[in-house]
Amino acid sequence: MCAQPAPATPTTDGSRTVLDARDISRALTRISHEILERNRGAADLVLLGIPSRGVPLAQRIAERMASVEGVHVPVGSLDVTMYRDDLRLKPARTLMPTDIPSGGIDGKTVVLVDDVLYSGRTIRAALDALTEVGRPKAVQLAVLVDRGHRELPIRADFVGKNLPTSLAERVRVSLEALDGVDSVAILETIKETGR
Amino acid sequence: MKRHLLSAADLTREDAELVLQTADEMRSLADRPIKKLPALRGRTVVNLFFEDSTRTRISFEAAAKRLSADVINFSAKGSSLSKGESLKDTALTLEAMGADAVVIRHGASGAPHRLAHSGWVRSSVVNAGDGTHEHPTQALLDAFTMWRHLGPRNGGTLDGQRIAIVGDVLHSRVARSNALLLQTLGAEVTLVSPPTLFPVGVETWGVETSYDLDAVIPKADAVMMLRVQRERMNGGFFPTAREYSRRYGLDGRRMATLQDHTIVMHPGPMVRGMEITADVADSQRSVIVEQVTNGVAVRMAVLYLLLGGSEPAGSLAEPVETPGDHS
Amino acid sequence: MTTYLLKNVSVLGGEPQDLVLKDGVVSTGSTTEGVEVIDATGLIALPGLVDLHTHLREPGREDAETVETGTHAAALGGFTAVHAMANTEPVADTAGVVEQVWRLGREAGYCDVFPVGAVTVGLAGERIAELGAMADSAARVRVFSDDGRCVSDPLLMRRALEYVKAFDGVIAQHAQEPRLTEGAQMNEGELSGRLGLAGWPAVAEEAIIARDCLLAAHVGSRLHVCHVSTAGSVEIVRQAKARGWNVTAEVTPHHLLLTDELAATYDPIYKVNPPLRSAADVEAVRAGLADGTIDIVATDHAPHPHEDKDCEWAAAAFGMLGLETALSVVQQTMVDTGLLDWAGVAERMSYAPARIGRLSDHGRALEDGAPANLVLFDPSVSRVIDSSETASLSRNTPYAGRELPGRVVATFLRGKATVLDGKLA
Repeated sequence: MCAQPAPATPTTDGSRTVLDARDISRALTRISHEILERNRGAADLVLLGIPSRGVPLAQRIAERMASVEGVHVPVGSLDVTMYRDDLRLKPARTLMPTDIPSGGIDGKTVVLVDDVLYSGRTIRAALDALTEVGRPKAVQLAVLVDRGHRELPIRADFVGKNLPTSLAERVRVSLEALDGVDSVAILETIKETGR
Repeated sequence: MKRHLLSAADLTREDAELVLQTADEMRSLADRPIKKLPALRGRTVVNLFFEDSTRTRISFEAAAKRLSADVINFSAKGSSLSKGESLKDTALTLEAMGADAVVIRHGASGAPHRLAHSGWVRSSVVNAGDGTHEHPTQALLDAFTMWRHLGPRNGGTLDGQRIAIVGDVLHSRVARSNALLLQTLGAEVTLVSPPTLFPVGVETWGVETSYDLDAVIPKADAVMMLRVQRERMNGGFFPTAREYSRRYGLDGRRMATLQDHTIVMHPGPMVRGMEITADVADSQRSVIVEQVTNGVAVRMAVLYLLLGGSEPAGSLAEPVETPGDHS
Repeated sequence: MTTYLLKNVSVLGGEPQDLVLKDGVVSTGSTTEGVEVIDATGLIALPGLVDLHTHLREPGREDAETVETGTHAAALGGFTAVHAMANTEPVADTAGVVEQVWRLGREAGYCDVFPVGAVTVGLAGERIAELGAMADSAARVRVFSDDGRCVSDPLLMRRALEYVKAFDGVIAQHAQEPRLTEGAQMNEGELSGRLGLAGWPAVAEEAIIARDCLLAAHVGSRLHVCHVSTAGSVEIVRQAKARGWNVTAEVTPHHLLLTDELAATYDPIYKVNPPLRSAADVEAVRAGLADGTIDIVATDHAPHPHEDKDCEWAAAAFGMLGLETALSVVQQTMVDTGLLDWAGVAERMSYAPARIGRLSDHGRALEDGAPANLVLFDPSVSRVIDSSETASLSRNTPYAGRELPGRVVATFLRGKATVLDGKLA
C-alpha cells in the first residue's frame, strides 16, 4: 500500500498536524448534515460515542444538529472494552462509562461515533456490545478520520477525513473537551505499533 | 493490582479507586436488559468454601456469571472437604481442572495466603474471608457503598470521612479489612468495642479506638455495626447479651444522635436486637440491603481486574487510549 | 576398637594440642602406634553434647522419626546423649515403655538415649504416673515431664515435685497456662492481631514459671523449666536463682534466633510451641543464657511428617527440627556475637544438661580418663541448610535456605566414631 503523506504542518514534537481546529469543526458540521440527510431527519436517531474521544465527538455532532436543524438527538456512550478481541493480550483495562439514553436503542437508528477508524476491530466490538443493549433498526458509523488498513469487512458511513497512513505511523487525535485543543496529527514511530 | 487479593493491604489507593470506579460501571449493568458481560468468557472461577456462607458464595457466583465465567462451586458440605481432604489436595484438584481464579472462604486465618504462595496452584486467589483475619471484598463493597453515599458531598472521595466500626473487632475479619482499606482511601476510622473485644496491638493499626459508643457516633459519617456471635458470651468477653446491647447496640435512641447524612451499615447477617434493633436496620439511614447489591458489582470489578486481561490491571495504568491504539 | 589421635585440636577453643581416644577414654598424652590420625587443625573439641529435650517419636509415630533416625540426627549435630520426651504413643508413663526406648537407643548405637518419664498417666494431668518404677527401671529415669502439655494443676505439680525428691528426680515443666492459651497459634502481640491468629501471651508462660518456682522453693525440690521463650520468664528465673532456689532453665536454638515476624508468611514451618517471640524476647533469652540465668540449650527437636506442615497454619502441628543445626545456631547467636566462648558453650550444651539429667558418663571435661564423648567442630565454615538432606526422617527445619556457620566434623561416643568427616560413620 502506498501511503501518500497528507499535507501537513510540522510541529515541535516531530508530529505533523494534518487537521486543525477549523478543519475538525468543518468535518463535524459536514458529518452532521450527512447523517440527517441519509436518515431523512433526526427521528429515531441515537448517537453513541465510543470512549474516550468518540464521546465528545458525538456530543458535538448532536450540538450541530440542534443548532442547524433544531432537533435534539439523544447522545450516549458505549464502552467496548470487555468486547475487544485483544482483551486477553494486555493487562486488564480500565472500564469507560456506558451511558445509554433513557429511550434505549430498540428500533432506533444508532450512529456509532469514533475518532479514528483503523483495523475495524473496535467497531466489531461495539456491534457486539450493542446487541446486549438492544436491537436497533440500523447501525451506522461516523468517524473523524479513516486511516485505512482495515482487517475486518467494516466501513464507515460518514468520514471526516480520509487519511492514508503507513503502518509505521500513529494518528493522534486531540479534542478540546479532553485535551484542551482540537487537532489531528501524524507521528512517525520506528517500530510497528501493536494493535 | 497484585495477582491475588488476599488482604485489603494489598491494594494501593490507586488500585482501590480503580475497583470502586469499575464497580460503578458494573453496577449500571443492573439497569440493562441483558445483565451479562463477555469479559471472562472461557475463564473458570472456583468458589472454594470451607465454611458455610451462602450469601458470600452467591454474591461471587452472580458476579462471575455476569462476567460470563464458568463457575464451579466447591463447598464443605457433601464433598471431600468434610471428609478430611486437605487444602493442598483440594487445591491440586482445582489446578488440574484449570481454574483461573479460586475464591476461597476458610476458617483458618492465612489459608488463602497459603494457597497463593505454596506453589499448589497457579490461579489467582481471592480471599472471601479467612478465619479472624480478613475479608477484603467485603471491605471493598463497604467502601463502595460509603463512596456512593458520602462521596458526592465530599468531592468524590472518602478523604476525612469519619467511619465508626462497632462491635467484636477481635474476631472480625470485616473490621480488619475495613480498617486497612478505609485508611488507604483517606477516611478516619474509629473502632468501638468493649476492651475485651479489641485485639492486642490495635493501637498500631493507625485507627482511633473507643469504649464509648455514645461519644463517637454523633461525629460519624457512617456507622458500621459488626455482628456479635452469641457464642462469644461463653468466652466471657461480656457478661450478658443485654448488657452488650445496652452499651454497644445501635437502637432508635442512639440513631437520633446521628447527623442527617450519616448512614448505617452492617455486613450481615444481622443479629437483630443484639447489635442493632429492627427499627434501625429498617430505617431510611440503613444501606444494609444496598450493601448486598453492591457486593455483586464490587466482586465483578475484582474478578474483571484480576482476570480480564493477560495480567491484573496495573497500578501504573497505561493511558486508556494511546495514539495508535485505535483499531 | 580403633584408637584415634586428634592432632592439633583446640579443646574448648584453647591452644592446639593432641588428644588420644583409646579404649573409650580420653588421654592427653601423645602418639602411640597403630592409631588413626585425624588432623584437627582449626577444629574445636567440645565434650559430647547432651540434649535434655528431644522428641524421638518412637513408639507410635515412626512415620515422623524413629530412635534410629533421631539418634543419627543427634550424632550429626554433635550430640552423644539425648533425653527422649515422654509424649509418644503409648506415652512413656511406665517402666515398660521407658525401658523399650532406652533399649532402642542402645541398639542404634549412635547416641545414648535417656528416656524422660511422663509426670502424669497418659499426660492427662490427672494422676501421677509411677515415677518411682521408671526411676528404678533399667532406663534409670531422672527427668520427668508432660512436655507438650503443662502440669497445670497446682496441687498435682506440688505432689510431683515432692515425690521425685526420693530418687533425686527433676520435674521439667512445659510452662503453658492452658486457659490463657486456648486455640493459641502464635505469639500474642501486634502481629497476631493483624494476622488474625489466636495469641499465645507471654503471661501464660510466665505465670506458670512463677508459680512453679514458688512451689519448688516451698517443697525444697528441683524444678527445670523447659523452653523459656520470653523476657519475663528470664526475669522470673533470675529472681528465683537469686533467692537460691533449685531452679534450672533451658532455651531452644530457635528461640535464640527466630522471631514471630516469620508467622507473617503463614508458613507453618515456623509454628512451634511455645511460639517464636519478639526480637526483644530473643535478646533477653540470649542475655539470660549468657549470664547463666538460663542454664542450658535444649533443642526441643520435634519431627513432623510433611503433611502435618504442608497445610494451613491452624491445621499444622507445632514443632521444628533442631538436633542437626543446634550447635551452628548457638555459634551464630552466642559465640559469633561474643556472648559466649566455647567453654561457655560446653557448659550449656554438655556439662549442665548432664548434671540436670544426673548423667555420670556425659558432660565430662576432656581430661585424662574421661569417657571419650566429644565432638569436633569447624567454626570457620558455613553452610546453607537444605531440608532434603536431614538425617531426621522429617524435613521440618525452619532454617531451610538459611546460611548457618560451623559444621560438625566428627562425633565420638565412648571412643567410637559416630560421625566422621561430617557423615555418619
